[in-house]
Amino acid sequence: MTTRRNFLRGAAMGAGALAAGKASAAGPDPLITELQDWASFTGAGVDETPYGLPIRFETDVIRRNVEWLTASPISSINFTPIHALDGTITPQGCAFERHHSGAIELSKQDYRLMINGLVDKPLVFTYADLERFPRENHVYFCECAANTGMEWAGAQLNAVQYTHGMIHNMEYTGIPLRLLLQEAGAQMDDNLWVYVEGADASSNGRSIPMAKALDDVLVAFKANGEALRMEHGYPVRLVVPGWEGNMWVKWLRRIEVTDAAVESREETSKYTDVLEDGTARKWTWVMDAKSVITSPSPQMPIEHGPGPMVISGLAWSGHGQITRVDVSKDGGMTWETARLGKQGDSKALTRFYLDTQWDGKPMLLQSRAMDETGYVQPTKAQLRETRGENSVYHNNCIQTWAVNEQGVAENVEVS
Amino acid sequence: MSKSPNIMLPALGVTGIVLGLAYGLSTRTYKAQEAEVAEVTAQAALIRAEASETKVSMLEARLVEVQAEAEEAIAVAAASVQSLTGPAPVANGALGLGRAALPEEIAAWDVDILPDGRGLPEGRGDVLTGEEVFADYCASCHGDFAEGVDNWPVLAGGFDTLADVDPVKTVGSYWPYLSTVWDYVHRSMPFGGAQTLTDDEVYAIVAYILYSNDLVDEEFELSHENFTEVAMYNTDGFVIDDRAAVEYAAWSAEPCMENCKQAVEITRRASMVNVTPVDEFMHPVMRGEMVHDAAAKAPVEEPEPVAEGGVDPALIAAGEKVFKKCAACHEVGDGAKNKSGPQLNAIMGRAAGTVEKFRYSKAMAGSGLTWDEETMASFLENPKGFLKGTKMSFRGLAKEEDRAAVIAYLKSVSP
Repeated sequence: MTTRRNFLRGAAMGAGALAAGKASAAGPDPLITELQDWASFTGAGVDETPYGLPIRFETDVIRRNVEWLTASPISSINFTPIHALDGTITPQGCAFERHHSGAIELSKQDYRLMINGLVDKPLVFTYADLERFPRENHVYFCECAANTGMEWAGAQLNAVQYTHGMIHNMEYTGIPLRLLLQEAGAQMDDNLWVYVEGADASSNGRSIPMAKALDDVLVAFKANGEALRMEHGYPVRLVVPGWEGNMWVKWLRRIEVTDAAVESREETSKYTDVLEDGTARKWTWVMDAKSVITSPSPQMPIEHGPGPMVISGLAWSGHGQITRVDVSKDGGMTWETARLGKQGDSKALTRFYLDTQWDGKPMLLQSRAMDETGYVQPTKAQLRETRGENSVYHNNCIQTWAVNEQGVAENVEVS
Repeated sequence: MSKSPNIMLPALGVTGIVLGLAYGLSTRTYKAQEAEVAEVTAQAALIRAEASETKVSMLEARLVEVQAEAEEAIAVAAASVQSLTGPAPVANGALGLGRAALPEEIAAWDVDILPDGRGLPEGRGDVLTGEEVFADYCASCHGDFAEGVDNWPVLAGGFDTLADVDPVKTVGSYWPYLSTVWDYVHRSMPFGGAQTLTDDEVYAIVAYILYSNDLVDEEFELSHENFTEVAMYNTDGFVIDDRAAVEYAAWSAEPCMENCKQAVEITRRASMVNVTPVDEFMHPVMRGEMVHDAAAKAPVEEPEPVAEGGVDPALIAAGEKVFKKCAACHEVGDGAKNKSGPQLNAIMGRAAGTVEKFRYSKAMAGSGLTWDEETMASFLENPKGFLKGTKMSFRGLAKEEDRAAVIAYLKSVSP
């Protein structure tokens, strides 16, 4: 009882309807007038997939890698299929991965977390210990500092998944780091640091100033209600709201209170921003306000022809809430204020929509985010004027998609 | 219940009156009911007529009232809900969770090195020793002269490039602290065998990297005693994040909405560089096909799984999984290339050290071995123990079933 035949027929019909611009005319739709297999035969039983995956038609909604970016997939990054998602929550299974020495299998039984350094009582916790601390739920975005980094040099990658997909947004369940610091009797002066590292072979250590550690950092063990996936740091990762993803140490194994930044490899040779004169900014932790239109975009052409359409995208800020997103259809000459799907959480993705009409003419689509501090997402020209072109990280420029008469979108730069 | 006040309330009110009256009449005789329903309907019609005659301002006033009442109700509800949520409570004193970390445990994990040299163990290593150790453990990725292979990091040179559009950021040209080099080599290298180097080997490797960057001469010996005397070129090349001063104020003005530019032109297109990876699951428009062709495209047929002759497919599958540990350095399959290790197609049955264009250690090239199940199993169990002098820095597969699985997998790619 193949349903593929019906599926193909349906697809062909759909195409005819698209070409006509309206679902009418050609005659009665056999999908309605003929009895379909799925309306007659029974479907899958409840236990067929004890833990389900997306239906097989959604093959486009997968993480993707740009092989030429890195030497090996074990020390590499891939990209969230943000073109195909809506709302704000990123399912863990398609949320981008970044590993420095591969994703490791570390069981809850084998998990240990140490706190040492400038503390009264250096402590070791098991996973079971962590479950006994009071915990909180928060939705936060995690963006790699290198997201959109390839675009400094010019319009490069023709897909929003590749230009902006080093981001995900999940609801975390975790323990405020301040509770663990308090448990160990940590010194908490403002001039101190908290050094965190992972249990994997890279150990990826980062130094976090005490004020941030006491503010909103979480030691998290659940995301979107379920255990963290292996690739997101099972069983325990750090969540550093609004700050660059590299600091969100996965497989967290040690927290050390220190009197100075360790100046590890990841906070000196990497994740620092070289400016035009060759000097570099360091400790650029906050991810500034940014937005992008996810549809239409190169992977999501307009297929329906002129008429009503929805322009949709994502906005976020490491400084707090998104308060407004403007959309331009003419490359930034005029702007309209978009509708926010719902009031955004602080340091979390906000979905925006522009419910509009397409006249079938070419468009130069842009979006521009504003956050609660009044900061306005800059143009690429503004960024280059301030920082030069030899930077990689923290590119939060306004993105442009050129949409042609066929509805096909391309990544471009405009004057 | 929706959070937005329902402005349909007055209309519902009128309907409610009609329905309520009709319900109250339900026990009378049919004729009487009919008459009374007619009367009530007439009354309702009258009410509606009066309502429709009522001035718009009165309705609006009522709407405003309802709106205000609803908002108040929502505010009260929100306030009462808020009183039940809150941050995780900070205990007054410790909860007594976890256990004391033992000194041996802290010593095992707390190995980070600070810029002032704190954390360094006693030890020493000279440039010439470092050259040998580097050749064994590092050169397959970083090159014999630390110049980098493929996409692996370049460790030497790059001087006077930081102000270029593509700065070459090496230990010599960019890294501000020597402690970072020692810490990273000791903790995270070699790739695929982290934390297997002795302290003296680390000192020697770091000495050689300094020598490769012309920072010391070839007689130099690095030790815990002279470590902090080494001056790095770019120590003063960093400024602490100054975006707040340089960027935030300038980019927080009320943004332009109309006539923001005179004209807009496309200056760059992604299609000019054409580096975007495209796969079969993407929208066909990504392969340059028109939208309307795309919609009619048939979905891709799933390939039938191919049965492997004579060998347990489960074992091969298990071997493919274990092989991920090897994949940092070895490729197999179509188009497999030499990476930091040789490609391994048809390796089983082959004379050791004979894959074309791969630079083997002398030990491997002159071993006279042939890779059969026995030799491969022994090599995989303990590479350096079985073949002293091999470049392969992999620690080995301790489990017999893992070795058997990998060998089955390698056979499956050895036609």
